[in-house]
Amino acid sequence: MAEIVDARGLSCPIPVIMARRALDAVASGEVQVLVDEEVAKENVSRLARSSGCPVDVVEEGGEFRLRIEKTG
Amino acid sequence: MLSVDLFSCDCECGCAAKIPPDRLRSILSDLDLPSSASLVIGPETLDDAGVYEISDGRYLVQTVDYFPPVARHPYVYGQIAAANSLSDVYAMGGNPLTALAIVCFPAEEFGLEVLKEITRGAVDKLREAGAVLLGGHSIIDSQPKYGLAVTGIVDRDKLMDNAHARPGDVLVLTKPLGTGVTIMAAKGGLATAEQENEANRCMSILNAAASRLAVEHGADACTDITGFGLLGHAYQMADVSGVSMEIAVESVPVLENALEYAGMGLLSAAAYANRRYVGDHVAFDDDIALPEQDLMFDPQTSGGLLVCCSEKSAELMLAGTREALSVSCGIIGKVTEKERETVIRVRRGIASGKGSQ
Repeated sequence: MAEIVDARGLSCPIPVIMARRALDAVASGEVQVLVDEEVAKENVSRLARSSGCPVDVVEEGGEFRLRIEKTG
Repeated sequence: MLSVDLFSCDCECGCAAKIPPDRLRSILSDLDLPSSASLVIGPETLDDAGVYEISDGRYLVQTVDYFPPVARHPYVYGQIAAANSLSDVYAMGGNPLTALAIVCFPAEEFGLEVLKEITRGAVDKLREAGAVLLGGHSIIDSQPKYGLAVTGIVDRDKLMDNAHARPGDVLVLTKPLGTGVTIMAAKGGLATAEQENEANRCMSILNAAASRLAVEHGADACTDITGFGLLGHAYQMADVSGVSMEIAVESVPVLENALEYAGMGLLSAAAYANRRYVGDHVAFDDDIALPEQDLMFDPQTSGGLLVCCSEKSAELMLAGTREALSVSCGIIGKVTEKERETVIRVRRGIASGKGSQ
């Protein structure tokens, strides 16, 4: 079951901080991050990649769902 | 002791709060601006300050800057805001004379003691610069903003502008990059106290000494690195000068951990706006990683001077700057003949020259 982080309506750096906390808290598995700004989408994507985690971004009606896979 | 933390207010920090440069440019280019025979440098060349002749060979230099908090302590915020506002006069080779404060402040929420501390920081920095505060204007605003309109003076033979960079010049940067991402990291509670303090120290340093050395050693062109990031300001200077530039990424001085913060995605909207503004005119070597690129678009607050000068002048300038300021600075690249498509090339490697890092 994926961990879901709802960072919609929050401005940077808060989405990155929340995503980082969620990734640190799981040993492995999927973390989903919801954001509603292009900048937040780009920033959380960068966080995922720098953490070595593959990330897939899906746009859903102006919002973005980032599926980050943390491998153990 | 004031306990307010200015990072607790939700706002874009510092020079990251600027309106994107491409949108700004379109406003002025559509207007029919008044002209004068005494106008030496106006808005067309996107220079750091306006320059106006007041007597034969004597010029007035005017500039304005203000922005939301870039430091959690009010006094430090005032210091940095003042240093940032004064910097544009130094970038023109001038000396600041007078300043007017621009203040937007939530007086009820924070209390006027906080504004007093911000102003004290700015006033102390003005005193250091040898300038005086004439007054200012304030309004109640839910988000604090602070800065100065500064008037300075420069003689014709000392005036530096951003329009005369020459192929063969080297590029000198007099302060490290990374203040944008470090401010963001500090806001998010990720920066250490040492990193935050060092960023604040760098932002508080006046560009006075660097400017004096650049003028003394015959710089061809100069600008200061602020909200448009290193690449945005370098692009403006190259574009107006009719040249291209090459930057060696490993010679660019950077604050400790700034690269890691860029990698973590601690980037402001302005960092992406800067990339949109000049990205089409910048070519990165294939092995330059995304965080390294992002750092070069990162908007800076009260950054250093970017100076175009001979290699010999650069070495002399840097020796003096390092001794005066204890900051990481150096030769970061060179000015080249204008290329048709690419204005700035960012290469892996170290810039040539004894003054490079």
